[in-house]
Amino acid sequence: MSQDNKKVTTETTGHVWDEDLQELNNPLPRWWIWGFYITFAFALIYWLFYPAWPIANTYTKGVPGLNNVTYVATKVDGTQETKTTHWNMRSKLMVEMNELHKEQKPYFDKVAGKSFEDVSKDAELMQFVNSAGKTLFSDNCAPCHQAGGQGKVKFAPNLTDDYWQYGGTYENIQTTIVGGRHGVMPAFKAILSDAELTEVSHYVLSLSGEPHNAAAAKLGDAIFHGDKAGCYACHGVEAKGNIAMGSANLTDKIWLWPDVLGAKTPEAKLGEVKTLIYGGMDKGVMPVWETRLKPEQIKLLTVYVHDSLGGGK
Amino acid sequence: MKHDKIERNVGILIILTMLAISAGGLVEIVPLFFIKETVEKVDGVRPYSPLELRGRDIYIREGCYLCHSQMIRPFRDEALRYGHYSLAAESKYDHPFQWGSKRTGPDLARVGGKYSNDWQTQHLTAPRSLVPQSVMPNYPWLSKTELDYSDIQGRMKALRVTGVPYSTSKAEFDKNVKEFGEDTAKNLHIPDAEKNLIAQAQVGNYDTNPDKLTEMDALVSYLQLLGTMVDFRKYDDDYFAKFR
Repeated sequence: MSQDNKKVTTETTGHVWDEDLQELNNPLPRWWIWGFYITFAFALIYWLFYPAWPIANTYTKGVPGLNNVTYVATKVDGTQETKTTHWNMRSKLMVEMNELHKEQKPYFDKVAGKSFEDVSKDAELMQFVNSAGKTLFSDNCAPCHQAGGQGKVKFAPNLTDDYWQYGGTYENIQTTIVGGRHGVMPAFKAILSDAELTEVSHYVLSLSGEPHNAAAAKLGDAIFHGDKAGCYACHGVEAKGNIAMGSANLTDKIWLWPDVLGAKTPEAKLGEVKTLIYGGMDKGVMPVWETRLKPEQIKLLTVYVHDSLGGGK
Repeated sequence: MKHDKIERNVGILIILTMLAISAGGLVEIVPLFFIKETVEKVDGVRPYSPLELRGRDIYIREGCYLCHSQMIRPFRDEALRYGHYSLAAESKYDHPFQWGSKRTGPDLARVGGKYSNDWQTQHLTAPRSLVPQSVMPNYPWLSKTELDYSDIQGRMKALRVTGVPYSTSKAEFDKNVKEFGEDTAKNLHIPDAEKNLIAQAQVGNYDTNPDKLTEMDALVSYLQLLGTMVDFRKYDDDYFAKFR
């Protein structure tokens, strides 16, 4: 190698290490040099079109008029105004949202303008409700009510059956979505003795034909309708619930908080009911949606839940 | 100056290298501190209460940021899924901020109020019990571990150094009352931190277990606050475009 190095005639940097180790000083490839110059040109053009250089407490916004963005803004009071600004991401988003709005607005206007029943009868509009509703439902409702609206025991009610704790009319469902719900049942551990808790649990099970002890259920009947526990005050004298406060109908086969259907043995079913009455329940919280969704989106979701998921009244 | 001279003098080489590198940083970063539009003027943004602050620290400890960003970008798909794009002002009291683009899980910038406390608790404990397709790990210890808030005053004092207006004196407290209102100002007063932390946990009952003050209480209180401080209905829908 050292033999070859001595033959080199190209210019070197002039450094010599270890007696004869030298560094060639070849020019950079021409394509690379030109690439470098082009980046300078690109930067200059970019400064003309886009926000770029900071100056004191503001910044250059490109040459005025060269790269403007025009969009329609909606003001707080609902009026609209067309605006033109220099190019920036937030104004570009306004343009994108305007385009989306233009495509969807005719449908949303129809949903907003018609009564629930008329929306439901309009087959073409229902196609829009189904596809837009599915997206809104998946993103906002499915985390609790699950993907198909089937709900989850001990968590969120099934929306596909025909039982509605807070009412299943369009108006009821809309009210629920707008303002949310907070279902509470007080604890009875300090009010009823262990024996009384067992008896009233037998009675509750008897209402929907679950296995129970008839003698205990009879004693439980008296507790249910007595003023010490006062169960009837919320669940009703016939134990059919009350949609005004969301108290459950105890006479059907639908169970949300105690997992009676999931419990295999009569003892386990009794345990589920007794545990709930003992400790109460303060978990029936549905969030408020009027702060997150627009009124027309809520109306569309109402129709989707009522008609498309099924079971609406 | 000749190459030869620079390359043979380590001191000069270091100084010139540092000058070359810092030029970029100075031009790109320093002006942001002086440009008025950087942090938007907006109502409602406030520092965290002691409980929320403790929750934020647990969020960081558990590495939630490795999968969840807190920055909604001004794109149509993000606006539709997550809501209004994030403002710089909304994280002006965050040290460190939780921006990012790593989204193995969804962005959390506006998760506050979207789910109930019970959902958050259940989901953090066992995510797949509610979202079957989730890849999020279980965090069952959060609702079992009692919250250690013995050093909460120290945590607030540390943030104070970075400019978060937690108060120690009456004068600072009064200043906060003016800026944030009395209820918030009380929560920002360092000497009352423990008292305020316990009170908020009891009223909020975030982990749905009223008998115990757990790490879940703190974390859920933090999550329920995210993205809720600014009421965007008070602004024209292009109001924040003028800051860019």
